[in-house]
Amino acid sequence: MEQDLTQYLDYVLIAMMFAVGIAVVRMRNLFAAVMLTGVYSLLSAAWFVSLDAVDVAFTEAAVGAGIGTVLMLAAMLLTAREAKETSPGRHWAALGVVVVAGGALLFAVPDMPVYGDAHSPANSGVGLDYLNETPNDIAVPNVVTAVLASYRGYDTMGETTVVFAAAVAVMLMLGMGRRRRRTGGNGAGKAKVEDQT
Amino acid sequence: MKKHLILRVVSKLLIPLIILYGLYVQFHGDFGAGGGFQAGVIIAVSVILYALIFGMDAAQEAVPPWLIKIGTASGVIVFAGVGFITMLMGGNFLDYDVLHPDLAHRAGQHMGILWVEIGVLLTVTSVMIAVFYAFAGRVPDMSDEEW
Amino acid sequence: MFELLSERFIYIPIIILLMTGLYVVVATGNLVKRLVGLSLFQTSVCLMYIAIGKVFGGTPPILADTHGEDAGHGPDPAASVVAGHRASDDHAEIATDTGAHAADTVATAHEPVAAAAAEHGVQLVEHATELAHHAAIYSNPLPHVLILTAIVVGVATLAVGLALVVRIQEAYGSIEDDDLNSADYAVETGGAE
Repeated sequence: MEQDLTQYLDYVLIAMMFAVGIAVVRMRNLFAAVMLTGVYSLLSAAWFVSLDAVDVAFTEAAVGAGIGTVLMLAAMLLTAREAKETSPGRHWAALGVVVVAGGALLFAVPDMPVYGDAHSPANSGVGLDYLNETPNDIAVPNVVTAVLASYRGYDTMGETTVVFAAAVAVMLMLGMGRRRRRTGGNGAGKAKVEDQT
Repeated sequence: MKKHLILRVVSKLLIPLIILYGLYVQFHGDFGAGGGFQAGVIIAVSVILYALIFGMDAAQEAVPPWLIKIGTASGVIVFAGVGFITMLMGGNFLDYDVLHPDLAHRAGQHMGILWVEIGVLLTVTSVMIAVFYAFAGRVPDMSDEEW
Repeated sequence: MFELLSERFIYIPIIILLMTGLYVVVATGNLVKRLVGLSLFQTSVCLMYIAIGKVFGGTPPILADTHGEDAGHGPDPAASVVAGHRASDDHAEIATDTGAHAADTVATAHEPVAAAAAEHGVQLVEHATELAHHAAIYSNPLPHVLILTAIVVGVATLAVGLALVVRIQEAYGSIEDDDLNSADYAVETGGAE
């Protein structure tokens, strides 16, 4: 099997992602955990580039590392900055869940398509048709845009609607545009005032 | 917010460039990496940067919440509207080929993709700004010492 | 078994990363940190999808030669791709024929030489199929599209989750699920409040 030299870059990225993931597990300071999530997103964006998914890398870097981190920081400011220590029993329970779920996934690995194989079932189906037909049907160079906007236009319309619905839900829950001056009092008292309006 | 002179000057320089880059990503999405989703997020980031540096009041003056509320819905309407226009012109829903008679160069497809991406851009930009406003509107202005 | 796993080696670290996210979700009671874990989990799922769509030696699925001055006048890239496929299929056939022929002719004389010749033919075939795919290799664009939208929807749903957490904080004064459980229990039994 022919292998790219970029695989060594991949291994470095994977090692860094492991380090970041374990740091997030151990971190109780929420600020650090949220910032490390941003780092994780950026590392995975780098890996997406190595996996030829430049559009996805672009989105992940802008959305995951940018907006996602900002939102989690804002939520952290409104809630708590420190997570409570969890009991050892809970850690063991989590370990059990992870071992069972991970074992099931590892059991399924031999059934996965071969990595990097152009003839695997995943890569020889409709994806190949999109690649071959895009110059005739759509005539734009970026196949991802062609599939996103034209071949799978319904899909994208649904996604846009989901994003819109999410924004409506957030606006309903948190309100918007009313810049409130903090005049004292704690969070619970304010929530009651909010509910009456 | 009288301090942070460097941040204010640099962000004033950067924000127009960020918006310009977002527009490049939007309209160059057919040819290279990019598209409505990424461009929407980048343009939203420019507003978020403005709000972080100059405060929420200034940002809401520049980009008022009512505009954002209209934007979230109008993006979906533009997207679905393209579909209905193609139906009115005799095609299937979101079948862009009927939009333009020049089938050799697939001009209809290009027009359809352009408008659909504009719809995506509107929704994603507005949604990201709306969500940021919703969260940041609850955070009281922080003093620097709190960090 | 070893080959079976070595060809799919890349999935194993991704699964471990997935499990790291799941561990954070289960092991912490803090709701914000749970959402942090969930977003790690989501990013890892995206990685798995994209890894499936990767083709060795491939390039990002942005077709060459349709952009710039040559667009419209140059050769149609799809046609050239298909032509490339056909040409090298022919090539492969010829190679097979030659290989088989060589095998036939020499078979009577020397058995080992024939085997070598046949093997050479097989190598030629492999080379030809490789050529066929060198005509234009792009990674599979379909997972990219699915994941691209999934990331944006993911951050929108993350925002909904965080908004719920903020409201929980305002209503209960805590986001640790132990505290929430005991507060709910107190309300149900009419005890503390």
